[in-house]
Amino acid sequence: MSKLAAYRRSPIALIVLLFLGLAFTGTAYAALQPTAPSDTYAASGAAADDVEEGRKLFLANCASCHGTNAEGKTGVNTAGPSLVGVGSAAVDFQVGTGRMPMAAPGVQAADKPTVFTDKQIDQLGAFVDSLGPGPSVPDAQYTDLVNADIANGGKIFRTNCAMCHNSSAQGGALTRGKYAPSLMNVEPKHIYEAMLTGPQSMPVFNDATLQPQEKEDVIAFIKNIEEGGNEYGGHSLGSLGPAGDALFIWTIGIGLLIAAAVWLGRKAA
Amino acid sequence: MSDDQIAVHDPHAKPATYVEADAVDRFENPGLPPHRPRRADVDEQAAKRAERQVATMFTLSILGTLGFLVCYFVVDPELRGSLLVIGEMNLYHLILGLTMAASLLFIGLGAVHWAKTLMPDTEVVEERHLQASDQESRDEAAGILSDGYRSAQLHRRPVLLLTAGGALSLFALPMALQVAGGLGPLPGDTLESTVWKRGMRLMIDPSGAPIRPEQVTQGSVIHVMPEGYVGDTHGEDAPSALEIMEAKATASVLLVKLNPEDIQSQKQLDWGVDGIVAYSKICTHVGCPVALYERQTHHLLCPCHQSTFDMTNDCEVIFGPAKRPLPQLPIMVENGYLVAADGFAEPVGPSYWERG
Amino acid sequence: MTTIPQGAEAVRDRTPTGTSSDDARPSLPPPLVWADDRLGVAKGMGLFKKVFPDHWSFLLGEIAMYSMIICLITGTFLTFWFVPSMGHVIYDGSYVPLKGVGMSEAYASTLDISFDIKGGLLIRQLHHWAALLFIVGIALHVARVFFTGAFRKPRELNWVIGTVLSLLAIIEGFAGYSLPDDLLSGTGIRAMNGFMSSAPVIGTYMTFFVFGGEFPGEAIIPRLYIAHVLLLPALLVGLFAVHIFLVFWHKHTQYPGPGRTNTNVVGFPLMPVYTAKAGGFFFIVFGITALISATVTINAVWAYGPYDPSQVTAGSQPDFYMWFSDGALRLLPGWLEFELWGFTWSFNIFLGSLLLLPLVWIILGVYPFIEKWVTGDNREHHLLDRPRNAPVRTAIGAAAISIYLVLAIATINDILAIKLHLSINDITVALRIAFFLLPVIVFMVTKRLCLSLQRADRDLVLHGTETGRIQRTPEGRFYEVHEDLDAHDRWHLVQHEAQHPLSLTAGPDTDEYGVAKPRGMAFKVRRALSEFYFRDRVDPVTPSELAAAHHHGEAEALPGGHAEAIEEARAEETLSLRSDDRH
Repeated sequence: MSKLAAYRRSPIALIVLLFLGLAFTGTAYAALQPTAPSDTYAASGAAADDVEEGRKLFLANCASCHGTNAEGKTGVNTAGPSLVGVGSAAVDFQVGTGRMPMAAPGVQAADKPTVFTDKQIDQLGAFVDSLGPGPSVPDAQYTDLVNADIANGGKIFRTNCAMCHNSSAQGGALTRGKYAPSLMNVEPKHIYEAMLTGPQSMPVFNDATLQPQEKEDVIAFIKNIEEGGNEYGGHSLGSLGPAGDALFIWTIGIGLLIAAAVWLGRKAA
Repeated sequence: MSDDQIAVHDPHAKPATYVEADAVDRFENPGLPPHRPRRADVDEQAAKRAERQVATMFTLSILGTLGFLVCYFVVDPELRGSLLVIGEMNLYHLILGLTMAASLLFIGLGAVHWAKTLMPDTEVVEERHLQASDQESRDEAAGILSDGYRSAQLHRRPVLLLTAGGALSLFALPMALQVAGGLGPLPGDTLESTVWKRGMRLMIDPSGAPIRPEQVTQGSVIHVMPEGYVGDTHGEDAPSALEIMEAKATASVLLVKLNPEDIQSQKQLDWGVDGIVAYSKICTHVGCPVALYERQTHHLLCPCHQSTFDMTNDCEVIFGPAKRPLPQLPIMVENGYLVAADGFAEPVGPSYWERG
Repeated sequence: MTTIPQGAEAVRDRTPTGTSSDDARPSLPPPLVWADDRLGVAKGMGLFKKVFPDHWSFLLGEIAMYSMIICLITGTFLTFWFVPSMGHVIYDGSYVPLKGVGMSEAYASTLDISFDIKGGLLIRQLHHWAALLFIVGIALHVARVFFTGAFRKPRELNWVIGTVLSLLAIIEGFAGYSLPDDLLSGTGIRAMNGFMSSAPVIGTYMTFFVFGGEFPGEAIIPRLYIAHVLLLPALLVGLFAVHIFLVFWHKHTQYPGPGRTNTNVVGFPLMPVYTAKAGGFFFIVFGITALISATVTINAVWAYGPYDPSQVTAGSQPDFYMWFSDGALRLLPGWLEFELWGFTWSFNIFLGSLLLLPLVWIILGVYPFIEKWVTGDNREHHLLDRPRNAPVRTAIGAAAISIYLVLAIATINDILAIKLHLSINDITVALRIAFFLLPVIVFMVTKRLCLSLQRADRDLVLHGTETGRIQRTPEGRFYEVHEDLDAHDRWHLVQHEAQHPLSLTAGPDTDEYGVAKPRGMAFKVRRALSEFYFRDRVDPVTPSELAAAHHHGEAEALPGGHAEAIEEARAEETLSLRSDDRH
């Protein structure tokens, strides 16, 4: 299976996979646990009926744009790329962040609350995985942020990510209405998957370009910002840099002073 | 009436070239309006209240100052907390700032309130006089100047005036030359080349790992620095921190794999490896790193001034203020790794006069 | 007034010599006697009797002045810890996300100020917020002086000094912004390097001299530092001293009003009222800046990381005062760069940077002289114009601001794109069009608005205020009783004079015998400009017009009281104005 093929790169992954497989057979409800996503991935990789369930979901929700065999379509309002070989990581990211299915055709799919359960997403992923080998959902050990080096993550982030996503991960504009979204409040595994699969305009950072540990460092750096690790001097004004400062000083800042000036110049009652 | 009167009084005014608004048919300035007393002027209670308010503000300022002094030593500088509206922040900073603000602000509020309520508020009229001196003073000034000029014999010995003027206008040049001459080296041909040389390996920034062509998958982008200038740079003949910075400003490169069929330029194909192409990351506009690669359109966007380059067409400019395409770095494979086939064929980075 | 003077009133009514029984004739306190023995300071104490008019808009300049003082104070503190060096160090301070990262000493010491020096962050934020307020204060002060015509004779020189001060202020700001050597400010220096190299002939040499070699080198931070803490502050403070001295020398301008004339100043004396108010305002400005610095982050340099020429952050902007220049660079199209005679001419760059900056300030600096040449007005002006009473000047100012804003907004095109979900390309193209179109629209709208406001003033004077009382005439018609303005209120609306264009005042081009007068090109230009300034105008109400209005009851009042020739010449172009006046 493609899933296993991808995991084979890391010896630890195999052990983890074995462990997770055991966990699945031992605890039937584990597959429904949203807080333990890794269990469900193992499940999706193994069960053949997941692929069938996923195919049904795909036909109902995705085939109109991506084609019944996920071969891709080029219609005016129904253009979707081929999903052969994109891997379950891409499915988990696109569907898990609500980008797919798209609400309406546009320059870029925006994130929104997902309409699928974790299990359904896994089934979709299993179906897409079955079409051809592609990157799979990351191993939990690279998204738990244990032993991550924030400073190294910062270095990598500034070289590879900051030019689009902004040095504080607040997002930035691309050409013709496209944009790099804010990375705040994105699940670590989705950030990982985005780097791995390069959704939409984003380039791919495969494991040779950014090793899994480096990806984890990057995620830790982003999470540190999200948790207020950069907040020292008060309200951050959206971390927009001088634009936020200018807006503030030209409105509230000078407004306060002009109010004081008006009070000063007015005759007392 | 005021403006017209001035015109009449001004002995140096040229004849007006505009028609005076009919000087007769104008309203008269009615003079200062009657003074209305404030509450504190007529009501001792109100005055007392104002006094109390002012005194309270000054007291609050004193408390703010004392608060700052105490908190500086007592509060933990690492104290953090989350506040309404503001969010997460360092509370030590906040407390110092607020006490300092109170210490300053209440002095100001107190003083102004005092001035507004208790100090005299009858407007005072001060006369204003023309700036120009009268003719007598002007004549006297002219006399003084003329006397000086003549007693220095300048009227008889104009060569003194010429040479003194010449000396005074030139004496600063040696100092100016010293400063300008010592500021920096002459550019020479520094800007025409980068550290890239044939056979230099392409290394991933910032990890410093070499790159095999098969690692560069379609849709991926790798930020590249020349070998020796990234990663572990502590060797015997490693470049200095300054040289590394200069290399980053000129030699940083973006490595992308395109579908060879998408590439429109034969030169671009020839200088790449199976669709893997390397381009200078330094914008040809004013030198920001052009690193925003859109994998679907293969456009490169500069975040500073939005110059957009088309990677499938040899990085020609398709939008924005840049003029020239990004220079391509010729690459090849050597011992399984991507290396430079040569340096850049043209200067990288912003335009400059001698670039030609 | 029948009430017995109490409280402050009692103090005010006391004569200067002090006649009240419990207060003996005051004598100088000993320290002042000591000082007077040696310096004769008592003679100078008359300064404290100097009168200042009260108006909130006069405090905009004070905001700038006080912010500058705050910058000087906090800046001095920062020099104790800041290390202006680009030497390479490995950071080992208390900010975890940068531990072990290589950076310049300048950046490392800025981090130390922010995290390892007690209260250091507060001083840094005070310094930066005060710097922004300094320039906001200057901008608004310039606008106030411009729109009220306070730059007119005899204050042209002080206007020029002020424009130089404002230019120095933004250069000072840019230098300071660049010092921490973080990724954002480093990108700004990178762009500056690009601007300089674009200069024809000397560009490359200029960059090598300023940067001490190839970019980035190790010289630029130390050099900007000495400019920021010594050269520019010395110039700023020196010129500012002249600026404020001239305000004392000329005495402050005042808004027109009853009792206020061109030959007096009406206001409050320096001692004690203005000492308390102006001194108090310093503490208010300082206090509010401290309040802002305590609660709002500015320039979180740690979030940007150290400068690295191969890195950049999305949303790279300079501080707002450089936006117009950076925005111009974003709008200028690439085809403005070309090669000629074997050299590169980068009009796309130096037009928006090296040329735009001096151009803006030269236009600003020479404006008073241009206006004076057009009006031929050689009188001293100490009474300010209400902006509506100088419609074309006000419209020029508004149009200039609109151009400035278009350029400034272009700098945040990427922020706008992401916040408003627009295409950055569309914004850029729209702003390119707006650059040419908007000032024209703004000019026309502002001018019409000013004229309408003047007409509304006329209406108010002629028809008085509505009382809300309805009366019935013997014939059975109803009308609302209007009440005349009292003389003091009316004066605000009728005190100004309307300037007339040269074509009406300089007579015909031929003399009485039909021979052409010797009039050169300069005169023709001047006449055209004068036409542009004063062709459309609304004259203030004259007493005879008011009398006529009274005579005709609620009917109409003709704009009149002028020579026949003027009326005729005006007839065509002021038709709309006059018809509006008639109702």
